[in-house]
Order: sequence, then structure tokens, then C-alpha cells
Amino acid sequence: MPRRTDITSVLVIGSGPIVIGQACEFDYSGTQACRVLRDEGIRVVLVNSNPATIMTDPEFADATYIEPITPEIVTKVIEKERPDALLATLGGQTALNTAMALHEAGVLEQYGVELIGANVDAIEAGEDRQRFKAIVEQIGAESARSVIAHTLDECLAATDELGYPLVVRPSFTMGGAGSGLARDETELRRMAGAGLQASPTTEVLLEESILGWKEYELELMRDKADNVVVVCSIENLDPMGVHTGDSITVAPAMTLTDREYQRLRDISIDVIRAVGVDTGGCNIQFAVNPDDGRIIVIEMNPRVSRSSALASKATGFPIAKIAAKLAVGYTLDEIPNDITRETPASFEPTLDYVVVKVPRFAFEKFPGADPRLTTHMKSVGEAMAIGRCFTEALQKALRSLESRDAQFGWETTDVGVAEWLTRAEVPHDGRLRDVQQALWAGASVDELHDSTGIDPWFLDQVQLVNEVATEVREASELDRDLLARAKRHGFSDLQIGRLRGMPEDVVRGVRHALGLRPVFKTVDTCAAEFAALTPYHYSSYDEETEVALRDEPAVIILGSGPNRIGQGIEFDYSCVHASFALRERGLRTVMVNCNPETVSTDYDTSDRLYFEPLTLEDVLEVVHAEQAAGPVLGVVVQLGGQTPLGLAQRLKDAGVPIIGTSPEAIHLAEDRGAFSEVLGDAGLIAPKHGTATSYDGARRVATDIGYPVLVRPSYVLGGRGMEIVYDEEQLARYMREATEVSADRPVLVDRFLDDAIEIDVDALYDGEELYLGGVMEHIEEAGIHSGDSACVLPPVTLGRDLVAKVREQTLALARGIGVRGLLNVQFAVAADVLYVLEANPRASRTAPFVSKATGVPLAKAAALVMVGDSIADLRAAGVLPATGDGGRLPTHGGAVTPVAVKEAVMPFKRFRTVEGRGVDHMLGPEMRSTGEVMGIDANFGTAFAKSQSAAYGGLPTKGVVFVSMADRDKRNMIFPLKRMADLGFQVLATEGTADVLRRNGVEAIVVRKHSHGRGPDGELTIVERILEGEVDMVVNTPSGQRARADGYEIRAAAIAMDRPIITTVQQLAAAVQGIEALGRGELDVRSIQDWNAALRSEAGER
Amino acid sequence: MKALLVLEDGRAFRGESFGATGETFGEAVFNTGMTGYQETLTDPSYHRQVVVMTSPHVGNTGVNDEDPESGRIWVSGYVVRDPARRASSWRATRSLGEELESQGVVGISGIDTRALTRHLRDRGAMRVAVSTEDTEAASLAERVRRSPEMSGADLTGEVTTPIPYVVAATGTKRFTVAALDLGIKRMTPLRLAERGIEVHVLPATSTAADVLATGADGVFLSNGPGDPATADHAVSVTTDLLGRGVPVFGICFGNQVLGRALGLGTYKLRYGHRGINQPVQDRATGRVEVTAHNHGFAVDAPRDQVFETPFGAAEVSHVCLNDGVVEGLRCHDVPAFSVQYHPEAAAGPHDAAYLFDRFSTLLEGTR
Ligand SMILES: Nc1ncnc2c1ncn2[C@@H]1O[C@H](COP(=O)(O)OP(=O)(O)O)[C@@H](O)[C@H]1O
Ligand SMILES: Nc1ncnc2c1ncn2[C@@H]1O[C@H](COP(=O)(O)OP(=O)(O)O)[C@@H](O)[C@H]1O
Ligand SMILES: [Mg+2]
Ligand SMILES: [Mg+2]
Repeated sequence: MPRRTDITSVLVIGSGPIVIGQACEFDYSGTQACRVLRDEGIRVVLVNSNPATIMTDPEFADATYIEPITPEIVTKVIEKERPDALLATLGGQTALNTAMALHEAGVLEQYGVELIGANVDAIEAGEDRQRFKAIVEQIGAESARSVIAHTLDECLAATDELGYPLVVRPSFTMGGAGSGLARDETELRRMAGAGLQASPTTEVLLEESILGWKEYELELMRDKADNVVVVCSIENLDPMGVHTGDSITVAPAMTLTDREYQRLRDISIDVIRAVGVDTGGCNIQFAVNPDDGRIIVIEMNPRVSRSSALASKATGFPIAKIAAKLAVGYTLDEIPNDITRETPASFEPTLDYVVVKVPRFAFEKFPGADPRLTTHMKSVGEAMAIGRCFTEALQKALRSLESRDAQFGWETTDVGVAEWLTRAEVPHDGRLRDVQQALWAGASVDELHDSTGIDPWFLDQVQLVNEVATEVREASELDRDLLARAKRHGFSDLQIGRLRGMPEDVVRGVRHALGLRPVFKTVDTCAAEFAALTPYHYSSYDEETEVALRDEPAVIILGSGPNRIGQGIEFDYSCVHASFALRERGLRTVMVNCNPETVSTDYDTSDRLYFEPLTLEDVLEVVHAEQAAGPVLGVVVQLGGQTPLGLAQRLKDAGVPIIGTSPEAIHLAEDRGAFSEVLGDAGLIAPKHGTATSYDGARRVATDIGYPVLVRPSYVLGGRGMEIVYDEEQLARYMREATEVSADRPVLVDRFLDDAIEIDVDALYDGEELYLGGVMEHIEEAGIHSGDSACVLPPVTLGRDLVAKVREQTLALARGIGVRGLLNVQFAVAADVLYVLEANPRASRTAPFVSKATGVPLAKAAALVMVGDSIADLRAAGVLPATGDGGRLPTHGGAVTPVAVKEAVMPFKRFRTVEGRGVDHMLGPEMRSTGEVMGIDANFGTAFAKSQSAAYGGLPTKGVVFVSMADRDKRNMIFPLKRMADLGFQVLATEGTADVLRRNGVEAIVVRKHSHGRGPDGELTIVERILEGEVDMVVNTPSGQRARADGYEIRAAAIAMDRPIITTVQQLAAAVQGIEALGRGELDVRSIQDWNAALRSEAGER
Repeated sequence: MKALLVLEDGRAFRGESFGATGETFGEAVFNTGMTGYQETLTDPSYHRQVVVMTSPHVGNTGVNDEDPESGRIWVSGYVVRDPARRASSWRATRSLGEELESQGVVGISGIDTRALTRHLRDRGAMRVAVSTEDTEAASLAERVRRSPEMSGADLTGEVTTPIPYVVAATGTKRFTVAALDLGIKRMTPLRLAERGIEVHVLPATSTAADVLATGADGVFLSNGPGDPATADHAVSVTTDLLGRGVPVFGICFGNQVLGRALGLGTYKLRYGHRGINQPVQDRATGRVEVTAHNHGFAVDAPRDQVFETPFGAAEVSHVCLNDGVVEGLRCHDVPAFSVQYHPEAAAGPHDAAYLFDRFSTLLEGTR
């Protein structure tokens, strides 16, 4: 059956900002879908608020709307574009829920838009846990005993039947938001409360606990002719009770006989048919009782999911791509398998290797957050590794996490077996290492199986690793056989070095001298039954390598590894663009990365893909293999963020050519001392600063710089461990708690610039000319990490001459450092003085935002500059605008050209303290956001309003605002609050704040502080009022020091109630403009292609 | 202990001994299944073959007493990259290593099984030896070249049951079927029995008269090892039964036997189909089923049109979508059909189970 001819345009909904539980895997799937649909000659209309995605690049859709993914906005897009169909199964839960809302609102019917992929009924059947259980029963399978509840009382009643512990799960949520394991009534009350909140249908499911059972996932595809294939089976190493997103997972399933596996397969197929997913992918989760094999169906997702991305990368079977083809009418047998080209997609991939995925967490950034892993997802990213055996894949995966304590180690500790066993018992980040340590300390596999529930086969494999470690440590000499054996089980040169008490590079030297190197095998979907034409490689210490020779020169691009706070999809975006640009320029591109969620690890993004950890050792081996295969121009390290940048010098020392900015230049920017000289030579100023290794030292520096100061450990990323210190007492505390302070790791002390405006700049430099990509004005003042503060482009309040100064200084820095390619600079303006905060000689988090906002492909241009093109060349070639740049954006009073606002999305809501209270919503110099959205419109107010509704619920246009301001902010709050009162808002305030407002003629009602408790006549405290839903917006700027208890309670309550929280006075001002804009009338939508055209014609006119 | 694997073209792999020690010869073939090693090992169709598992970890779930497809392990040698050190399954009663050893099956582990598989894919299935005794590649290769070929091998006699036996129908008996045991798997009679069929499993040497003597409503031609070109007896029995209008259903080797009875030829595939992920299309419905395969030979039949046979018109009912190999035959004028793959699916997906229903329908119709 050929593709449907009745579909000429399709609306694709993306998944919005990166949040925990919904990361860039949906950019990967969405991008694939858009490509496929366009290849089919179908007009693609896309809605996604996330500017950091590849899919929102103008060339991936015919009309791209970077707008909030809300039913209202999407309705507008539908009105305007009139698509024939809506594809909502590739944009995660966000897209699915939006599609459902559009259906319920009758919009789809009204405009005759057909929901393709999964229809409404299938989505409901799959997502509504109650209906789903009925289906499971009807096909003769079993699901956990459960009770559905819509109120707390119903929940409590249910415990009679189910008993504790029990699992609380809201319907229609993603990543297990609001779900949890309740051990007693208090926990149940809390979780059920949150759960009912989280569920769009205020419905929770209470379920019998099957903690400790084996957990599996199957990925399926079905076409409209009812052909079904199982793409991949995934086994969770962590048993039931830990969300699959937080579990270490393994493909294929390792501990099932064929009979059990086929039973899972049969059930899956019956389920997908009964649920009625007509075409596309779906994922089904199972629990298997390790004692008798009893099978329980946990859930199904009638859409492409995080696991589908993993399964695609693990097998080479591109689920999203094929789902899109199936959605427009093809059948599986009509679609060729990309990798073999000979055989069709209607088969089931078979693996001759093992894939291990490990999660990456960020608990260190959320002090107080409960680090125990449970049924809702807490990880912020993941790394995947491929090996020919489990031990190899596991150790590669662990080192891909780039955190030293993730890897196995064999130091002797004084912790006893019993202690290790208890530590391993409760699931937490790094649990597997505790398991390994327990075995190392002498615990038996069976003891660990009892305490963790982890399958003995996996435990024995960890034991095997320990045994090899012992051999390596005790052997009289490190001969070839022993070294080969260690490498075969995934030991890194570093680990072997630690075991033998020798440096990593000595081990490497010995290894190379013995001619011992990894070979590179191919992911081919068919275990070598057919020849593979797609060079998707992984390393293994085996006999035969499969890297093909080539004549054309190649460029190796290093990706950014697992997503983490501070280094995420934005960097993958730049890597992918570099690959596209260099391929167009006739070069062969080779991608190295280990993040399965990304577009960069899609096998057809680059000419060759190496799915490898980004450690020096692994990268050197890839380089060696490619140099043996043909000419290599060099390695690109400046696009993947800090990870590859950190490798630059050592790669160069190993004789590997680095493309673009040289390691020496990078050092000039990264090293404090060197950087000060660069600044000095260029006559630029940085905030006064010094370094200290002791409290006394720090006190001296601080007193002569003057408080407040900003302190931080040296060599940090994402503002890790950064704190604003207002006095000696706080400084003493910081120095006491500051970890690893030493002579060579001093604490950096900077003058903290109060009330300074922060400016972010992305620029391109070719050695001659500077192209200013964009000048971004932060909404929040300096002191809020650039990654966490909203910013606007073009800057709305900066004067022309200031921008000119920014341009001069950026140029001076680019020259001084010796940049070839991208440069990101953060400035701060205080009292009309322009300070340089830092310069990053690499692609920045903001590069994609700038590209979208100005309609210029910065990363592409950067890649071309790195290989020798000049900015003049690029202007001539039309890659960059013929004249002008991002620092001279046409500003027609904002009439026809866009103003873009970037807003950060914070994960606070996902975390709770051990007691189950929310973690504090506080912005600071340490970055905490997981993602971002963009609002774009003709004026700042509207753009800001859009960014807010895209980032969270959005700003209220009327109702009640609660205000509690720090003294230093009281003056600046008056004007905006007066305006809000005029707009009809009722203002509640704490006493002091209310006073000031009244004195300035703003009507304000005093409310009781939390700490004062209820009033004599039972008047509610502010916290209670927020929880009662009486407040629509909370403005609370913490006074100077740490947030006061009240502040915390208030913000926690606001988070619980999903109300906007404003924590800086600048945000307040922006919010008021947004509210005004909303008041002026509803939001309009306009495609990026349109905005870009406007920009170009404007530029042309000048 | 060290072990050595040498192919007839001289390519050698050195690894560790796995299972029994000693020396073994056979045809090197690879199996791409990720599950079901117990079923594979005990499938008589693998008689005289040294099986290379492409899946690296084998033995993880140990060995139990329910899953074997026959009374013993048939493979002549076993090649695995990473044998499990510890079996983990509530059904396991012993480890795979122990089982291979106790049944005297010589194996090798720790070699680059993917390299070996690619070699066989490119050069075709060939003879091989695995030895823990001769560590001299050249001399072992010499002896490999003197070992018997699979082409022309008549192995039926070595795998068939010596005496007839009956598998009772589960539930009420609806039909009687005589199964000609050319190397039958345990699961097949069970699948028939599940459908109310009483199965009389007969030795391969049985005659048409023996078959009819069971009062059979139809005959089943089983899977089995060896070169179908040598199966003259089974072919003549089948020809005789077709002549009498007895319903016939064949699987794997049985498909080739029916093919020959219809006057079609058979040929050896370069490296065969051995796995449980093969896409086969039922040309009548267009539906694709994911199926279990284990065949090194195939039937040579015109795929594009209905063709004439001594028993009237017939057609190719199923093809493998990977390489277009004939996977099934259907007669128009006599009640007979067969498939080259394994609907009993042990190991493997259950997509093709409907074929057993087709057979009962056929029996129904010719009552
Ligand atoms: N009844 C249960 N008992 C114990 N753990 C459970 C139970 N149900 C689910 N889980 C655990 O919670 C995790 C999340 O549940 P799931 O239904 O997959 O929600 P989500 O939609 O967030 O993926 C599962 O991966 C599993 O480990
Ligand atoms: N001297 C300073 N005064 C005020 N704020 C500062 C100062 N230095 C840094 N900051 C704030 O801290 C944030 C993080 O500092 P930065 O040097 O950019 O570290 P990172 O390398 O993590 O980006 C900046 O975005 C800025 O808001
Ligand atoms: Mg799940
Ligand atoms: Mg910064």
C-alpha cells in the first residue's frame, strides 16, 4: 500500500522545553519525523517552544512556530495553516496531552484535522490507567491489583484492600510526575494530594507494590495492515521500584528464556492491537516475578518515548522515522531497512552486542532534595554504551557519565560488608558502585541479591569485573594476555593504572607497544547476517575491525556526552549543525558521542558515527582508527561544551590536530591568571578579584575588595558551588563547607556587582573580522546564572553606545584570546561601567537561541570558519547576511521585526525533601534550570508573556498578587505594582511591603505571615491562602542573605499550586509589561520563516 | 583449557574450551537468535552442524527440563563468545556448561564470533572443526577438508524415532494425523495435539501403507537435517499419499520433500536462514509474520506464477522478504501445503501458529 494521497500537510507538535522526564529524545524523534514527511513532499507545520532544538530550525519544516504549546496557541496555528492531519505521537506527553485537549475542545473536528498515528480512543485506552487495566485483563494478561481514586478519602479507603507500601500514580503524566511509593498514611496523604494535583484528570491510581520484581520494556511498531514487530527488549538492572528513566537498563534482555520472552512478546502484540494504536511505535512495560515468572503488565505508552530513542540507538532501527512513514500510510514491508538497504523494516532487529544505559543525576544542585530513587524520574540525562559483552558495555557506560565516582574503583576502604549491604539496599545515584564495593569487601552475590533484588546474573558480572581487577593488581607483570583480558571487560587505561599504581598514559604506552587496541564493530540490526552500509560503530576489544577506508578528508566532531544541568541539548545542536555544514562543504564528518537522546547520535546525521565515551582514551582510539582509514583534518572540540574543551590540550599533546581555536587560546580564556592578562592588555576591566586557600586569606581578599563578594571553587562548570557572600560570618561558613580547597585548587573571590545588568554575547571571529551574533540583555540582574535568567534579543534597554562598547570589547577579547570560531562573553554593567565576567571560547548555551532569534545559522558558520573560511567568504556565500550583524538588528520601533525572549525552565517541582516538602525555588549564581523556551513577537511585553506561558502556566491577567519584598527592592517595586493595581489586580502584601505601597498610594491588604500562624478569628496565613488557590501570582524577593523561612514556605506553596513566582524586581517589571500585553488582546502566532523574511528585507533596506 | 576452531578454508580462531573437551567436525552455521539456545541445541535439524551463536551471552538462564526439543543435544559443536558463569532462572536446574559436558558436546568460547559470522556470510557455510587436542591450525584444517560435506548427506536415519509413538490429542479428539519423523521437534506434535489432533509419530522408513494403517486423516512431514536431494523414500511416500488425496502438511525439510514430490528441485543456500527474526510474507493476505528459521536448503520454484505439477496447479504461498527465498508451497488441486520455516516456534515468535489451524481446516474439508 503506497502512502496516503489525501494528506498534503501535517502539523507536528514538539515536546517543548527540556524537563526531567522529557528531554531531547523528542527532538531526535521529531526531527526524524519532519525530515521523513518533507521527503514525502508533505507540507510540515511545526509547533515547539524550545529554540534549542534541531527540529525548530527553519529548514526542517515549511512553517515553524516557536510558540507556547498550549491548546489556545496551537488552535491559532491550525486556523492559520489548516493542516490535513496532526501527528502528536512524537512529541512526548506534552504533544499527546495537547492533542487530546484540542480534540476535547472540538478544534480538530471543527477544522477537519485528522489525528494520525494513534487516534483519540487509543490514546485514552493507553493513558487512562483504569481503562488500560481492563484491556490487559480482557486479553488474558495480568496487571497489579489497584484502586482508582479521585479524592483523598477514596485513597485512604483503598489501603484496606492494598495495604502498605503502595504505589500512587496519577493518570496522564509523564516521567512519573506526582507518583511515588507510599509507606504509610502520612506519605499517602502527601503523594495522593500531589498526584491529584498533577493529573489533568484529577485521578490517581493506587496500586499493590511489586517492588523488587524484574522489570522489562518492549518497543513495538505496528502498521495499518496490522503487521507488528518488536524492535527491542530492554531489561532494567534495577528491579521494580526505580523508574526506568532512573534505572540502569540493558538491551537485549539478559535473563529470560525464549518461552518467557515470547510470552512478553505475545502480550505486547495483543495489547497494541487491543489498545488500537493503528500505526507507529509504542512501548510496553512488564514486571516479572523472579521466583515463579508471574508476569504483570505495568503500563504502555501509545507513542514514541524515551525508551524508543534508546531502542533506536541500541538497534539501529529508527523508530520515529518509521513511525512517521507508517503514519502517512506505508506498511513495514514497503519501508527499506536503512542500514542494510537490502532488507525491509518488517523484521525484528537482533543484536550481537550488549547495550547499557546509565542515568545521570544532579542532586548536588538541589540541597535537601531526597536522593532516593523511586517511581518518579529524577535523572537529568543519560549515557549509553555498546560493547561485545556486558562488562565491557557497563564500564564504558559508567565512564561516559564523566563523574569519577561513577566508575568502579578498588581502593580498600574501612567500610564493612554489612555497611555496604545497607547502603546498596536503598536505590540511589551511584548504587551500583556500592554494590561493586560490597562485593569487593567480600559480600556474596546472594547476599546482594537479597538486599537489592538485582538479578544474580548481573551481580555475578560485577563480581567478574572485581576478579579481573584482582588479577590486574596482583599479577607480577602486566603481560599482553592480562591486559587484553582487562580491556575485554571494559577497564580503562586509567583504572588499570590505578590498580597498578602507574599513570594512565604509561598504561596506554605499554598497551600500544603491545599492539593492543580496540577494534570497531558495526551496529547493523541483523547480527552480521547481511552487510551493513551504514557506518555506525562502537569499540570493542575483539579481533576484527570493520572501519572502511576512505579517500576524502574527514573532520572529527566531539559531542557533549550525557545531558546535565549546564550542558545539554544546546551543545548537541551546535555539533549537529557543524556536521551538516561540513558535509555540504564536501568534507566527511565523524561524530563521537555517547548520549542516546540526541540528534548527533542519529546514524545519518554524520558520515560516520562512533558511539563512544568522551574520555581521552576513547577519543584517541577513534582518532587512531580514522587516521588509519584515511586523511583526518582534525578534531572539533569547541562545539560540545566543556567536555571536549577539557580534552583539547591533552589531545594536542598526543599529536592530534585541533580545528579552530587552539588549546593555548582556550587556556588563555579558561585560566584565571592568563585571562586577567588578556583583559589587562586589552584595557578591559573585570570585577576586582583574588584567590585564597584559607579562611584568613579569603577574609583578607574580601575585606580589601569589599562585600558582597562572589566565592567559588576554581575550575567549575555551571556555577557549581558558587555563592554570594555578604559578610565574614557567611564567608567563614562557606570556607568551612567548601570542598577540596587546596594550594592548586584555591577559592576564587570576586567583587559581587550589585544591581548590575548582565549581558550575554555570542560572536564569531575568523582572525580578522568579528561577527556579532547577538547581544542579549538579561532580565534578572547579574548574580543569577546566565543559564537561569531570562534574556531578550535585541536588547531593549541598552543604549547604542553601550552596544558599541560591547562590540569593541568582544573584538578585543576575540583577538587577545586568539579565537577561531565561536566566542561567548558575559558582561555586567554597573554604574555605567562595563565589566567582563567571563569569556568562553566555544559554542554557548545561547547559540541556538541567537540563531533562531536573528535568523542566522551561527553554529554552521562557526564550523566553516574553523575549517578556514573567512567571515567575508560566508557573507558572500550567503551563510551570513551580506551586511550588518546581530549587534545591529533592525529595530523599527519593533513594528515588523521580532523581539525574542529566552526563559529558563526550572525543575524544582520535581524534587522533594525526604520529609516530602518542596525544595526551595531560588535563583542564584549556580545554574539549576534544565531547559529553555523562546517567546517571539513584535514587542517585548508580548514576547515575554509568550515565554512565560511556554515555560509554565503563564501570567495571570487579573486576580490576586501577593508581594513580599526585600528592603533593597522596595523602591523599585512601586511603579510596577501601581500598574498592576491599575490593571485591576488585588494586592496582598506582608506588613512592611504593604506600608511602603500604601504610602505610595497603592491599595494593599496585609496578610498574616506563616510564622505568625492563624489570626484570632482564624484568618489564614499567606501560605494557607496560596494553598487554598486564592493567589494568582507570587512576588517574593529574598532579602539579601539566605531566604528567610517564610520566603521558603511561600515559594514552596506557590510551586505546589503551579502559580508564577517572581523572585527579582526586574522580573516583576517584565511581568507587568507582559500582563499589559496580554491585556491588550490575545496572542498572535507567526512562523520563524516569516520573521526571518522580515529581518532579511529590513536588513536589505539598510 | 585452550581450544582451536579451524574452517575448511584455513581460517582459524583460538579461544577457550567450553563444554566437553575433545574434537568435533561438522558444517559451520550461525544462528542469530537472542533467546532459545536450549531449543536450538536440541533441534535434530542441527545434527552434524557446529552452531555459532551471534548473541554474545549464552547460558544466562541455564538449562531446565521443559525447553528441550528432543531427548538430546544434536549440534556437533557449539561456538559462543561469553558463556554465563552463573545461571539465573527460577526454572534452571543446571548450567549450560555442565549440560554440554555431560552430553559430550565439544565447544569453544571467547572468540570473535562476529568475525566468524561475517566470514561465513561472505564465503558461505563450510566445514569446520573444534578441537582441544590438535592445536595445529594447518593439520586440523587438513582433516576438516577430509570430513564429510553437508551436500549429499542423508541424515534422516540418524535422527528419526526407531519405533512409532502416539501423542494424544488435548481435549476432545477431532482428527488423527500420521507424522513422518524426519527429525521432528517435540513442540510440533504438541501444537497439533492442542487442536484436537491425535498424532502418530512414525519412523522415517515407514511406508504409505504404514501411514494409512494408522487411520490417519492426514499426514505431517516434519523438519529434519541433511540434503533434501537424498530424501527419496520420504518423497515417494508423499507422492503416493498425494495420489490418494490424503491431506499433507510439511514443515522445513517437509516443505522440501513436498516440493520434490511436486517435481520441484532443491538447492543449497550460501549460508542459510537460522534465526527467529525472519520476515515472511503470506502472499494470499499480504501479511508479514516474524518467523523462526533453520534451513540451509531451499525449494526452487517459480515465484511469479502458478505452476503445473503432477498433482495439478500449485503456487509459492510464502516468501522471505529478506532475500526472496521460497518459504511455502500450496497446491490448488490436492489438499497439500507446506512451509520452509517453523510455525511451532520453539524457539521463536508465535506469528505463524495459524498454519496449524489451516491444517485442521484442511482436514475438516477433506473429511
Ligand atoms: N506496582 C508497582 N510496584 C512497584 N513499583 C512499581 C509499580 N508500578 C510501577 N512501578 C515502578 O515505577 C516506575 C514508573 O511507573 P510507570 O507506570 O512506568 O510510570 P511512567 O508513566 O512514569 O513511566 C516503573 O518503571 C516501575 O519501576
Ligand atoms: N562579579 C560578579 N558580580 C555579579 N554577578 C556575577 C559576577 N561573576 C559572575 N556572576 C554571576 O554568576 C553567573 C555565573 O558566573 P560565570 O562566571 O558565568 O560562571 P559559569 O562558568 O558557570 O557560567 C554569571 O552568569 C553571573 O550572573
Ligand atoms: Mg514507564
Ligand atoms: Mg557564564
